Amino acid sequence: MTSIAKPPVRHPGLQKNALGLTRRDYEGAMSTLCAGCGHDSVTSALITAFWEMDIPPHRAAKMSGIGCSSKTTAYFMRQSHGFNAVHGRMPSVATGANAANRSLTYVGISGDGDSLSIGLGQLCHAIRRGLRLLYVLENNGVYGLTKGQFSASADVGSTAKRGEPNLQPPIDPVLLALSLGATFVARSFSGDKDELIPILKAGLAHNGFALVDVISPCVSFNDHEGSTKSYRYTREHAEEVAPVDFIPLRREITAQSAEGTAMSVTMHDGSTVRFRRVKEGYDPTDRDAAYAYVRHAQERGEIATGLLYLDERGFEMHASNRTVSTPLVDVPFASLCPGRAALDELMEEFR
Amino acid sequence: MQPTNVSDPKYYHRVVDCQWACPAHTNVPEYIRLIAQGRYTESYLLNRETNVFPGILGRTCDRPCEPACRRSRVEGKPVAICRLKRVAADHKDEVQAMLPAVPAKKNGKRVALIGAGPSSLTVANDLMPLGYEVSLFEKHERAGGLMRVNIPSFRLPESVLDEEVGYILNMGVDARFGTPVESMRRLLTEGFDAVFVGSGAPKGKELDVPGRWDAPSQIHIGIEWLANVHFGHVESIGKRVLIIGVGNTAMDCCRTSRRLGGTDIKVVARRSRPYFKASPWELEDAEEEGVQIVENHAPKRFVTENGVLVAMEFERLEWTTDASGKQRSSVIETVAIPADAVILAIGQENAFPWIERDIGIDFDQQGMPKVDRGTMQSSRPGVFFGGDAAWGPENIIWAVAHGHEAAISIHNHCQGIPVEDRPPQGMTLASSKMGMHAWSYSNDYSPAARTSMTHAELSTRFSTLSVEVELGFDAEQTAREVERCLNCDIQTHFTANLCIECDACVDVCPVNCLTITANGDEVDLRTRLSAPAENLTQALYASAELPQTSRIMVKDEDLCLHCGLCAERCPTAAWDMRRFDLLQPYAGRPAGSARSLPLAAVSA
Repeated sequence: MTSIAKPPVRHPGLQKNALGLTRRDYEGAMSTLCAGCGHDSVTSALITAFWEMDIPPHRAAKMSGIGCSSKTTAYFMRQSHGFNAVHGRMPSVATGANAANRSLTYVGISGDGDSLSIGLGQLCHAIRRGLRLLYVLENNGVYGLTKGQFSASADVGSTAKRGEPNLQPPIDPVLLALSLGATFVARSFSGDKDELIPILKAGLAHNGFALVDVISPCVSFNDHEGSTKSYRYTREHAEEVAPVDFIPLRREITAQSAEGTAMSVTMHDGSTVRFRRVKEGYDPTDRDAAYAYVRHAQERGEIATGLLYLDERGFEMHASNRTVSTPLVDVPFASLCPGRAALDELMEEFR
Repeated sequence: MQPTNVSDPKYYHRVVDCQWACPAHTNVPEYIRLIAQGRYTESYLLNRETNVFPGILGRTCDRPCEPACRRSRVEGKPVAICRLKRVAADHKDEVQAMLPAVPAKKNGKRVALIGAGPSSLTVANDLMPLGYEVSLFEKHERAGGLMRVNIPSFRLPESVLDEEVGYILNMGVDARFGTPVESMRRLLTEGFDAVFVGSGAPKGKELDVPGRWDAPSQIHIGIEWLANVHFGHVESIGKRVLIIGVGNTAMDCCRTSRRLGGTDIKVVARRSRPYFKASPWELEDAEEEGVQIVENHAPKRFVTENGVLVAMEFERLEWTTDASGKQRSSVIETVAIPADAVILAIGQENAFPWIERDIGIDFDQQGMPKVDRGTMQSSRPGVFFGGDAAWGPENIIWAVAHGHEAAISIHNHCQGIPVEDRPPQGMTLASSKMGMHAWSYSNDYSPAARTSMTHAELSTRFSTLSVEVELGFDAEQTAREVERCLNCDIQTHFTANLCIECDACVDVCPVNCLTITANGDEVDLRTRLSAPAENLTQALYASAELPQTSRIMVKDEDLCLHCGLCAERCPTAAWDMRRFDLLQPYAGRPAGSARSLPLAAVSA
């Protein structure tokens, strides 16, 4: 066999979700990323998250730009909508899609290059806009697709594969999002699905822009000794500040599952985000404190992970624009575009 | 769990379900791959190494490998292992020159084999190349035992039997046909260094119900009747035939009756179908020939009129399960089924009237010899049993397995080594990686359904007794069937210290075999894997602690497709697909010593 395909057979004991689908029904094409790429793990975590949330694949839209990370939308939920946009321009296209059809579940997959270099402006404004989107930033500190140059998230002093150190200070997407008013800011690690999956689920339930920065090691160009985004370095330096569990609306919170819970937050849709524990003195609902903590952790050389900041009320584009609750695609053409007479009448108001 | 010790040949052997289930441990996946490559001769020789009679077994084996086949747990029916074996036998080149050579100079040891069935022939096959002088005593005029006189020629053509039996006899066996051993005591005085009893279970069981002896010419014992058909003593049977019993002998009897003039043939069973002893495929073949299977009827008496058998009376039974789970029957009614002939096929027994009971060979209360399961030795040193003679009726492949073990014992006995000293098994394990996405086996999963065997037309089938029913696989059928094999001998081999815990293997596995998790005991681990590991007959593999998080890699072997995707997606080659070869010892040939058979055979 010269190319690889995943055999269609599956384990007969696979669980089904409320839609009667197994996890494998949420899979996509076979990945062509390097073997061992962190992105494939993130893909797998997304599959689990969507499956566990009982989201029908055809009611979701996968948005992406350009890069290794942006390829991954092909590798899950083959029955979903998708748009592979120009480099760094995914937030604009996602905004358009969301404006037209607010009833879909949107997930945007981007990388450190797509988000923090060419698409930095797009990212900033999508956050400000409150675009309802789970924005997964697969962060590996290098431009993998062009063979491993430093990206804008590379830490000072971390080295490239051939040894030269990075001198430019990094952009931290978590700090960026906090400073721009994001209402859901998280960081996780592709190698820790126990932490990542509940965060993704909470992000999908969030009423607004949900940024999840996922350290996702590049096995080919940034998994070496001098890297600060390798599997080993991340495992050694990650500090779980605020790991969560996500409990959907329809599931009861049992006394047992609530045991040891640091705090519970009820989301906009009635589901619950339960902080399994939070670092002593840490408050994930205090934006300034979260900013300060993440900043200090960085100075200590530690990577703060978990759902670092959450404003459960969210901030959402359609609400601030006061658009109709019916998705625009479902509004009859006659009312969506009421014709010349209506336009003239509107124009008259501004005279 | 402690880390799994994969350097013990048993662990990976058990993963190869077919090979593990086969009494002779034939390397099934490897011979199927050889067939796939068109290397029929090599495939045949590899088969012959363990099972000695590939052509015969490719038609008649009871196939313990097939119910064990992992394929049937994954999707569809098992691989048609048995019929693929026949493909190798049908299409091989001349192999005589490639069989083990027999030295001209003998080692001075003489061995007597009693009965020329599969177990004795296997002993001869293993001992002749070592220089033993082997004498074979057989009551019939030709060798083969049950394979010749009890298996009808429409299932096993005489030419196939002659060929494979011939390979052994031609090694220079001193075959004494028409020479039944009538006294073990006398034989033991003839100076043999060892005696092997492979005389089978030659006595058909009797059904002692009223009327049994009223019309003896119409009531037959199955295996005796089949032998009489073979020798030409019986050439016809009545129109309406009842076969009592529903084992594989019953199947041979009913189908033979069909060819000797029977038109209304019923096989009558006491129990219902799930409890039948006959293999499902033999039942299917019989029904295809118009044989009727009657369930839940217990024989009550033979009905004769004026000395002529006209019917048989049965009690129709209903089976219920009582509180303790035991099955109990109750009689609903008595029915008579008209019959011109009845064949009793309710089992076979051993009979050793020729073994004196005072010569140190102990028998139990059932009249069975006391034989050691490991060494095949009786209570008298130097006297060994195998095949049906040892523990009652089994099947050919068991007889072969017994023969190999007995040959090791006989060799030990003759060389002054304790018979309990069994040479250990060995193994080789070699990577099958050939390059990027390239493995030295066909790892692409084929969703094809099991290929069914083409049968001769019913009309031609009944014209002559010896028309072979199964036509064998043609090239297309073979090509399709070989791809269904999952190559379970290509093992997923894990090297824990290379793992970076990237999850790639866990994520890609199509059947959720893999989990990286905290260690625990096996019962606990089985409940918290990627998919529940509920098949307790299948092992869990547990790795040593992984370097970064001290968790372990766990693999549930149950449904692994051996597709190699874990190794394919592993960035550090912690997973590798390695070809496992079980090395079995044979008499005078320790495991791992060079094979006496050239595997890369090129016929001259």
